[in-house]
Amino acid sequence: MEEKTLKLRRSMLFLPGANAAMLSTAFVYKPDSIMFDLEDAVSLREKDSARILVFHALQLPVYREIETVVRINPLNTPFGLKDLEAVVRAGVDVVRLPKTDKPEDVYELEAHVERIERECGREVGSTKLMAAVESAIGVVNAVAIATSSKRMIGIALAGFDYCVDMQTERGDGSELFYARCAVLHAARAAGIDAFDVVYSDVNNDEGFLKEVELIRRLGYNGKSLINPRQIELLHNAYAPTEEEVDYARRVIAAADAAERDGLGVIALNGKMIDAPIVNQAQRTLQRAQASGTRK
Amino acid sequence: MKIIKEAIAGTLESSDLLVKVAPSADATLEIIIKSEVIKQFGVQIRRVVDETLAKLDVTAGSFLIEDKGALDCAIRARVQTAILRAAGCDELDWRKL
Repeated sequence: MEEKTLKLRRSMLFLPGANAAMLSTAFVYKPDSIMFDLEDAVSLREKDSARILVFHALQLPVYREIETVVRINPLNTPFGLKDLEAVVRAGVDVVRLPKTDKPEDVYELEAHVERIERECGREVGSTKLMAAVESAIGVVNAVAIATSSKRMIGIALAGFDYCVDMQTERGDGSELFYARCAVLHAARAAGIDAFDVVYSDVNNDEGFLKEVELIRRLGYNGKSLINPRQIELLHNAYAPTEEEVDYARRVIAAADAAERDGLGVIALNGKMIDAPIVNQAQRTLQRAQASGTRK
Repeated sequence: MKIIKEAIAGTLESSDLLVKVAPSADATLEIIIKSEVIKQFGVQIRRVVDETLAKLDVTAGSFLIEDKGALDCAIRARVQTAILRAAGCDELDWRKL
């Protein structure tokens, strides 16, 4: 399926929605996306204050240059719809729906988003969506969820709740093996991005990088992060090597030459190159432009 | 919006502010602002508070604001939250905010 976007989404930094200091300064860390959290990181008594704070933070000029995501509360709670009313009106780029079990959850969300867009005069369809899968049924339904809306830009696996549902616990990654593969395949089938779980042992760089290497090789676009320190580590791990950049440049040059000469077939060093290889080369150069080559 | 009970919003953490609001016995508006940066930004803080009260049609109440270097957006958010809590208001007209 054709990819909907070539935007880089390696790092999605979680910020507690009730924390004024972090909301005011997080842009300096330059993650690919910033995710204001109104769900688990906010206590029940501060749901109202966090919603209003995020409403205003979304409108700060410093966040115009960075993709903003808000994790709302589930729509079956007293908070979810109120969160949605606030963030769509405030101009959020992407709404992240937690605990998505079935495509009907996304249909319900999309209907509300479209109504709010019409009410506030925002372009219909401009609010993008992503779903977090946090249960066995969510993983089983991942393809249906990922393909449930044209607004979907990604699907994320949430490890903690998933492990609880599976009656296991976080360990060496084997407990997430099936879910990681299922969610990634769903994303690729839908032509959207896939985001891996958070790595909560923030002082364990070695363990973090081992997990990043695994998900990068699997094909994940990126990872949800809970500590700004992890951003540079992640970006460097996703940066291409100099050899990969050199090869990508030659692929693009060959593709440009073939187009210029009106050739239907692209060849490099006697080997035929097709569109997926050209796309892969574009992604490689995009990652190199964002964070250089791997150190 | 009418202040009908005491309420608090915000924190005393750096880059935040704490807003305490209470009903006014004589239907007047009293605003006290304490800030470590009152000399540099006192006028601006007061302007943001006044604008926020006006947008929510608050004409009476006692406000004590302890600022810890918050941005304007945080000041607006905390004052609005305190007002909504003090007014017992659960439904919002986001256009007013």
